[in-house]
Amino acid sequence: MTTLSFEDFPPGRFGSFGPQHVTREDILAFASEYDPQPMHLDEAAAGKSMLNGLSGSGWHLCALMMRMLCDGFITRTASLGSPGVNEVRWLAPLRPGDDLTLDVDVIEARVSKSRPETGIVTFKSTARNAAGVALCEMTSPIIVGRRAPVEETR
Amino acid sequence: MRFFEEMEVGQRREVGAFTFTAEAIKSFAGQFDPQRFHLSEEAGRNSLFGGLAASGWHVGSVCMKLMIVDAQRLMSDAAARGERVAVWGPSPGFRDLRWLKPVLAGDTISFATELVSKRVSDSRPNWGIVQARQTGTNQHGELVFSLIATAFVPRRDASA
Repeated sequence: MTTLSFEDFPPGRFGSFGPQHVTREDILAFASEYDPQPMHLDEAAAGKSMLNGLSGSGWHLCALMMRMLCDGFITRTASLGSPGVNEVRWLAPLRPGDDLTLDVDVIEARVSKSRPETGIVTFKSTARNAAGVALCEMTSPIIVGRRAPVEETR
Repeated sequence: MRFFEEMEVGQRREVGAFTFTAEAIKSFAGQFDPQRFHLSEEAGRNSLFGGLAASGWHVGSVCMKLMIVDAQRLMSDAAARGERVAVWGPSPGFRDLRWLKPVLAGDTISFATELVSKRVSDSRPNWGIVQARQTGTNQHGELVFSLIATAFVPRRDASA
């Protein structure tokens, strides 16, 4: 399998990934470990919350987006890690039974000044449910190795 | 938890610490972030991280966990004193998340939150919108994690 390098990420639509199915049990398991708020754990309390029903943790949704990015391309990319996340916007609740898809665009790709053998690719990833409603937008850079230069022969 | 009116910019609170074991790092990564440097000591040593490193999403999720557990402890204490308890709303998101240094197997990270801004919501006047800087610091005193989180906080005088 070929490994994707910095040069494989020109600005524009990179691809769409998923679907990733999310069960009620998945939502409860993540929330009880990392985000034990009633709106993520208890149907009765969730029904009275601003989100009107049981919803998954925003951090669970981000972790699922990371998994879709990994399965989609990152595990076959010369990824060296990420310095952070510019912005995450939680737009609509993650619900039990959702089938998530992830639309991924490259919004910027530039060679690193401090490590010129690498580049920084900034992605905008949008998670949607089966109805096409955007649940979360994430803007995040990753550090990607550049393709080894081909020796010039003459 | 506090109501909007009781919160002041600059208020800071330590919420607790968590030790990232190799087992926990691999378990989270296997489920959500299966990159080689989060799954194997050897691959971690050969990466920019220099050792088995926790997924940044694992660090963020643990920060969330400690924030919520601390808030729930404050709420139950307030309820025990017979005080009215503020139930916070959902978060619209966060920005400027920085993974400043790797979190390696065995590291203990202490998390804190500090209020950086507050305003009344235009669209939901019964609610305030607050921004807090949440940070993680390792056992050597090095800042490893930082973000600016946004949350809806109820106003004290809003009808329940």
